[in-house]
Amino acid sequence: MSIIISSIIVLGGIGIISAVLLYFIAKRFNVPEDPRIEQIEEHLPGANCGACGYNGCHDFAVNCAKATSLEGFNCPGAGPEAMEKIAEIMGMTVVAEKPKIAVIHCNGTCENRPIKSHYDGARSCAILSMVAVGATDCAYGCLGEGDCVAACPWDAIHINRLTGMPEVDEDKCVACGKCVAACPRSLIELRYKGPRGMRVYVACSNKEKGALARKECKVACIGCGKCEKSCTHDAITVANNLAYIDFEKCKLCRKCVDQCPTTAIHAVNFPKPKPKPEALAAE
Amino acid sequence: MLHTFHKGGVHPPEYKITAHKPIVDLPLPTQVVVTFSQHIGAMAKCELKKGDHVNRGDIIAKAAGFVSANVHTPITGTVTKIDRHKTAFGNPADTVTIEATEEEHLSDIEAMKNRKAIRTDEEMLALDPQEIIGLIDDAGIVGLGGATFPTKVKLSPPPGSKAELLIINGVECEPFLTNDHAIMLEQPDAIVLGIRLLMRAAGVDRCVVGIENNKPDAIEAMRKATSLYPGIEIMPLKVKYPEGSEKQLIEAIMGREVPSGGLPIAVGAIVQNCATALAVADAARYGEPLMSRVLTVTGPSVKNPGNFRVAIGTPISTVVEAAGGVPQDTGKIILGGPMMGKSVVTIDAPTIKGVSGVLMLPESMSERRKVEPCIRCAACVDACPMGLEPYLLATLSRLGEFEKVEANKVMNCMECGSCSYTCPSSRPILDYIRLGKLKVKSLKLKV
Repeated sequence: MSIIISSIIVLGGIGIISAVLLYFIAKRFNVPEDPRIEQIEEHLPGANCGACGYNGCHDFAVNCAKATSLEGFNCPGAGPEAMEKIAEIMGMTVVAEKPKIAVIHCNGTCENRPIKSHYDGARSCAILSMVAVGATDCAYGCLGEGDCVAACPWDAIHINRLTGMPEVDEDKCVACGKCVAACPRSLIELRYKGPRGMRVYVACSNKEKGALARKECKVACIGCGKCEKSCTHDAITVANNLAYIDFEKCKLCRKCVDQCPTTAIHAVNFPKPKPKPEALAAE
Repeated sequence: MLHTFHKGGVHPPEYKITAHKPIVDLPLPTQVVVTFSQHIGAMAKCELKKGDHVNRGDIIAKAAGFVSANVHTPITGTVTKIDRHKTAFGNPADTVTIEATEEEHLSDIEAMKNRKAIRTDEEMLALDPQEIIGLIDDAGIVGLGGATFPTKVKLSPPPGSKAELLIINGVECEPFLTNDHAIMLEQPDAIVLGIRLLMRAAGVDRCVVGIENNKPDAIEAMRKATSLYPGIEIMPLKVKYPEGSEKQLIEAIMGREVPSGGLPIAVGAIVQNCATALAVADAARYGEPLMSRVLTVTGPSVKNPGNFRVAIGTPISTVVEAAGGVPQDTGKIILGGPMMGKSVVTIDAPTIKGVSGVLMLPESMSERRKVEPCIRCAACVDACPMGLEPYLLATLSRLGEFEKVEANKVMNCMECGSCSYTCPSSRPILDYIRLGKLKVKSLKLKV
């Protein structure tokens, strides 16, 4: 028994002495921190995705608390409501930013891009892009091994088994840019989400000349320049046999969409055109 | 006791099916597609236009910089296209297409049959070292072991370092490949001439030819050819993969270890492949640039496997046809040997200087086994000839910890594949190490 009692006394004594020491050291070396930092952090998601441009959520909160205006501070992960609350804590107003979303500049589905070879190495786009062109002939398109899926902290991008292509979940994507960095072919871009999610973009990254690009993929951009001519807002440029739509300039008029001979330009989330009265009558 | 290197190594089955097949000269093609980037270093610059006429052996792309090499045309003809053509791995590369008319084709064949020596042996060996290096530079000779490092660069050591020994690599440790074996059997005298020229160019009076002990006839042939030259020694080596790797070969022969990140010259060695020596001899004697090479076309179910001398730029499919076509059960076609070679996505691509073999593996041999979890058995650590910890490098690289990957000396890895070969869980160790090397290189570039 005496061993148990003596060990309790010794260990307990060490514990008490250490606690007292730690208390005084903590007091002595205390670094006063802005209490707002903790308050702000409570409203942040804690995913440390870096979408705000800072090194994780804590860094964002620290910089936020130091700032004199909330311009440039936006946590897309937390959403506008949380930003309102942060603004309340800071006693400032939110400077709204247009929301963005990850857009994949490739539409090389199994149907559009014939599969020529089979890869059985480590499941990683970065490794596949290093050893060969991929399963298809296209040296610019999606490799489909899912590096973007693995990189996404929001579970917002998934490979569609039917098409073999990644798809972005519009409700979940916060445009943090992790997938943009993960893609070895640089196929993903953060673009304005657009009003009600409506946006127009070129779903191709192939820089080969038209004939070759078409041979590699049915829906490749062939760089014909029709879209460039049709655009009245000067938003489209064709360089290296590839069209690019500037999302800052695009007014979503969709003139280019009908012009594209290979349906490489995608317009998403636009309301379906109302059936014409004649068509209804015919039915 | 036969010499070998000490750390790691594996013993894959040899499969030297084509070991005693004579070298067959493939007929000269009437159309070639020649890639400008056939070597390590800067891509050669092409100054031709469409419609230009070129003669066999003319330079079609000039070396751009010190670490670069000239590229020559193996046929006489007219430039029909300067564009991008897919390599065997599917990525587009800048190429030139040359087509020959019937007449040009026949005259080329005639010229190949009666090629004339432009220098006698005495004249060649009286050349200045600088003249020999110039000759090698003009002829666009690169290391034909597979790494395609420009030979002239190896022969011009940085100031302050001095070579004391030339090592000729006749090891051929890769399973299946026999192209070096074939040339050592058939042209030992020409190789020895090349060796003597290389010795003169490097300013050394001693040379060791390392040959694995599984090629006794090649050792015999080379011994016979070198009997008159006391400076050249033939050293049979114990069979172990990857003995043909530069650093391992130096350790096996000299007993010295090349420092991490250092060049062979740091221990006083220059290593050249025996096929490179042959190319040097041809360039000096006939004034012929590097336009053709010997490659092995092989595989367990290939109808007519063999060693073929092929004009560079011939489509790989033509070479495969010569060996009886692609067998039905083929799972992968690999350029190079089974350990370090890369599997191709198309065989319509042209051959390049670095291709030492075309290996057609049946599906049963080529398929990767199911990946199991790492059991920390450290078989890869035992197998690594560079003394690295492959399991650790692969894991760190998979997790994106590239700074730690660099701290664990990933750049010392020469991608021999012993780790993946030996792994009982068939993990893609080398795949991830390669990724780590790539990322570390790009991180360094950013800094």
